Amino acid sequence: MDPLPEGLIVVAKRDCPTCTLVEPLLHELAQGPLPLSVWVQDDPSYAAGLPGVVLDATLERSFGLGIEFVPTLLRVAGGREVERTHGWHRGDWQRVSRCPGLGAALPELRPGCGSKTLEPGIAEALALRFGADRLASRRVELGAAEDAIEACFDRGWSDGLPVVPPTPERVLRMLQGTTRRPEEIIGHVPPDLAPCSVEKVAVNAVMAGCKPEYLPLVLAAVEAALIDEFGMHGVLCTTMFAGPVVVVNGPAARHVGVNSGVNALGQGHRANASIGRALQLVIRNVGGGRPGEVDRATLGTPGKYSFCFAEAEHPAWQPLSVERGFARDASVVTLFAGEGVQGVVDQKSRTPESLARSFALCLRVVDHPKLAMAGDALLVVSPEHARVFIEADWSKARLREELEHLLLRPADELLAGADGIAEGLPAALAGTQVPKFRPGGLLIVRAGGTAGLFSAIIAGWAASGPVGSTPVSKEIVA
Amino acid sequence: MSEPLILLDPTAERTPVARPLAARPATMDGLTVAILDISKARGNVFLDRIAERLGERGIAVRRYRKPTFTRPAPTALRQRIAAESHLVIEGLAD
Repeated sequence: MDPLPEGLIVVAKRDCPTCTLVEPLLHELAQGPLPLSVWVQDDPSYAAGLPGVVLDATLERSFGLGIEFVPTLLRVAGGREVERTHGWHRGDWQRVSRCPGLGAALPELRPGCGSKTLEPGIAEALALRFGADRLASRRVELGAAEDAIEACFDRGWSDGLPVVPPTPERVLRMLQGTTRRPEEIIGHVPPDLAPCSVEKVAVNAVMAGCKPEYLPLVLAAVEAALIDEFGMHGVLCTTMFAGPVVVVNGPAARHVGVNSGVNALGQGHRANASIGRALQLVIRNVGGGRPGEVDRATLGTPGKYSFCFAEAEHPAWQPLSVERGFARDASVVTLFAGEGVQGVVDQKSRTPESLARSFALCLRVVDHPKLAMAGDALLVVSPEHARVFIEADWSKARLREELEHLLLRPADELLAGADGIAEGLPAALAGTQVPKFRPGGLLIVRAGGTAGLFSAIIAGWAASGPVGSTPVSKEIVA
Repeated sequence: MSEPLILLDPTAERTPVARPLAARPATMDGLTVAILDISKARGNVFLDRIAERLGERGIAVRRYRKPTFTRPAPTALRQRIAAESHLVIEGLAD
């Protein structure tokens, strides 16, 4: 762009009533002590006839000055802006223009309008066109005959479903969802332990179908996956089923619409579908974790496309995030290395004692009924089931305590070879009582539609705990 | 004709570097063999037998163990193995 003209610059658009209000004053300013330039965003008839009027058709000039409102009046001296005001405020205009009597007949104050540079879709296009583009990712130019979605498949960037082609415009728009700088490195993604920038997360979030407002949740989920205790390397490369399950707590879940209600673990909600998918795409594309290569899952699980839902928080039950040490008003993602969904159908229990016994019986099949302290479990209690406990004044902690008690088993029944089944616990445990889950290995959340006496068990990776993966949480920040 | 479409690379942009395998020794005489147990169930059955067979041939063997199979070997362990031996055998088993 050319250097700034000396004197006064007025940026205006015909569409703005305040710009029309000040239009007659421009003739007065043109007679004043300082040279005047007028940059018009929309209509060449504005201030027509004055010298120094330029139609800023491409908006390059307005963009270069960072104009947010019209009219804006600036004074330039020595090639540099020294003062500016926007809207019409008589005192400010008189001071900036050095014209003490300016606009005496006009009202004292009139607010301006938004600059055309900030209209939807225009801001990103301007950012790209006029050099404010700070994106560092390698540009991949497609051939004229290439279909963008097919090109993403061809380059191995997809999980098997079509991805949204990550154009620079879309990535810039995505980055508006966070205050974090695109070049910030948030960690090293396994298995390649490749450094991962906020920008790379945004590129993959675009591909996954996220809205910009989801980006802080995706960033928190990726950061959580990179916490050492989560063991993302092992979760990825295991022959077992596990993949990261993202549970969202706090106001952010409601603000962006992460589903905790009807079909919470199913399809049909953009936030659930795309946030979990974005995390998996980061692991695949940035970390290099692809099935058949480092990902050696024998069977895998559909949750490895995406597995994200919110807890349907209830005042009588401590949310998962609070149990894990966060404030009730904090927004938090918790990652759990989980397998698939096992339904618990109990339509007859009306007492907490009966329902807890049902849950315990069903939880015994995690991994294998004869294994213990291998995989953790995430128990998802539906509202109708939760009501049975809440109305009887059972807190979540009380339910967990009861379950832990009910899940103690004599090891003799579970030893290798017992019941004619070779699988089982080592003989050294004979004569003892064994808990099903390691301490802290049973997580409980409330979620689901309001009708249905069904809950769900999401079994954890059989290498749960310090040996493999421990659930981790991360607060969501803007 | 429309402008070509530009996409941003979602990967870590690492150009794969082909790493040549170390040359195989012509003989194992005088070399020390590291046997690394990655802590996978029953891997020791295989490795014990390998150690036994190497021992019968008079080859020096040193045994190592990773804390868990779910994570890469700790740096200190890798450095120890590199400092103390010439060849490494590890077993993946289930």
